[in-house]
Amino acid sequence: MNAALEIRGLGKAFGGLPAIDGVSLSVAQGERRLIIGPNGAGKTTLFNLLTGDLRADAGSIVLFGREVGALRTALRTRLGVARTYQIITLFPGDTLAHNVTLSLLGISPARWSVLRPLAAYRNLHEQARAVLQKVDLAHLADRKLASVSYGDKRRVEIAMALAQNPRLLLLDEPLAGLSREERQTVQALLAAIPRDITVVMIEHDMDAALTFAERITLLHYGKVIVEGSRNEVVADPRTREVYLGS
Amino acid sequence: MSRLRPGIALVALALLPLVAGDYYVNLASQILIAAVFALSLNLLVGYGGLSSLGHAAYMGIAAYLSGWFFLKFGLGHLATAAIALLGTTLMAALLGLIALRATGLGFLMITLAMAQVLWGLAFRWVSVTNGDNGLSGLTRPAPFGVDLNGAAAFYYFALALGAVSAAAIAMLVDSPFGAVLRGTRDQPRRMSALGHDVWLVRYLTYVAAGFFAAVSGLLYVYYHKFVHPHALSLTTSAEVLLMVIAGGSGTLLGPVVGAAVVVLLKNYVSAFVERWTFLLGFVFLMIVLFMPDGLVPGFRRLWARFSGKPA
Repeated sequence: MNAALEIRGLGKAFGGLPAIDGVSLSVAQGERRLIIGPNGAGKTTLFNLLTGDLRADAGSIVLFGREVGALRTALRTRLGVARTYQIITLFPGDTLAHNVTLSLLGISPARWSVLRPLAAYRNLHEQARAVLQKVDLAHLADRKLASVSYGDKRRVEIAMALAQNPRLLLLDEPLAGLSREERQTVQALLAAIPRDITVVMIEHDMDAALTFAERITLLHYGKVIVEGSRNEVVADPRTREVYLGS
Repeated sequence: MSRLRPGIALVALALLPLVAGDYYVNLASQILIAAVFALSLNLLVGYGGLSSLGHAAYMGIAAYLSGWFFLKFGLGHLATAAIALLGTTLMAALLGLIALRATGLGFLMITLAMAQVLWGLAFRWVSVTNGDNGLSGLTRPAPFGVDLNGAAAFYYFALALGAVSAAAIAMLVDSPFGAVLRGTRDQPRRMSALGHDVWLVRYLTYVAAGFFAAVSGLLYVYYHKFVHPHALSLTTSAEVLLMVIAGGSGTLLGPVVGAAVVVLLKNYVSAFVERWTFLLGFVFLMIVLFMPDGLVPGFRRLWARFSGKPA
């Protein structure tokens, strides 16, 4: 089977300081991959290179058999890449439903329409509500995003990514800053993601991340230090050295 | 109820010439012209988050194109209007490529610089623009044989064009494109990650803003029957930006209210107070201090507080 994501010799430096230094990795279709590493290891930079927020200095990124290194972010999104942000990046003044609608518009030709009011697009509104229903937020659909809890905002982040029916989902610390109960809700949500979606996740909550992930890549100073199945990586002494720290 | 509001406002505005003298009707016409101009800039400033300090360029280019083709070739008003709208829109399409190399302060400075170049051209390219003397001897059109030289007739003409422009801008703002535009203002990075072409959305908006500014430029040159480099000046660009900000950027009513405040202060109050710019400065100071997001959002909030309803 073809890999969903194939990275070869990827490099990115900020002012001479390498953030990603010759990273190669391959993620199979439908796989759940966890990226771990200490702060500053280059995890989020790796995501930004995958989505096109940043341009790589070296190396290649192949998504579903297609070289995307030169493509703009929006085009990669239309190939099926969706992401969530470590720092919540939503539209606080708009309703939850409107937030999801903006996501649906991103992959719909209706985004260029100026002749009909957005309110007239019934199918978009129904879809937005259906997506919110999936993450148990349908009852808050008409509330302003700024007025809901942090945990709910995290779920809106995930809902917006799922709304696009992505093929590759990049989750940047989806559990960060959540309470214990909120964690469980979001974890259940992640576990329910359909198997045909490939998921790459950055997460510091090891307990939650380890139950979710099948394979783990450990980054350190922009390099892949260890990669393998859950057990292999946890057992590896280098993991203990750089990350688990005990 | 809220659907009827624009209709009611339009009927009320249409009644003005029945109760007011020519002086006030002319004042109202000037407000309408400024309102269309401010609404066009509001697309960029309010909905796109792109503050331009060179928007007078597009009003001025349209006015000059219309006047010059009339004087030079004796073209009819329909032809000069078409040339002015098309030419100005093309100019916006060209200059937009340069201006949108940047956002924020960079965008502000590039638009300012480009407008200053055009203003300098209008001043110095005397063989075409007649320099500081401006283009005079222009006439008002007579659509369907209706003479627009009377104050009331011109007012109705401006009201019709203004209403159509405002309706078109309202439609754009309410459309999916308008929602996407506001998204690019609030979270450009997120919008491109969602698959939106942020640059193209901004560019199309820039061109649309140029087009509607050209509509106001036509009204401007018909009203004054004269065009001077002042139409392209930084003062004009700054004034229209003040209208948008004072009235409330990102609202449809705000720029109209802002246009009324500025035009009234400039033309009416100045008859009584010599140093009217002092007063203008004072009014803006008060707005910035007490209603920093503009008069319309400010009064809406006050209304909500007194009526006990959420805004």
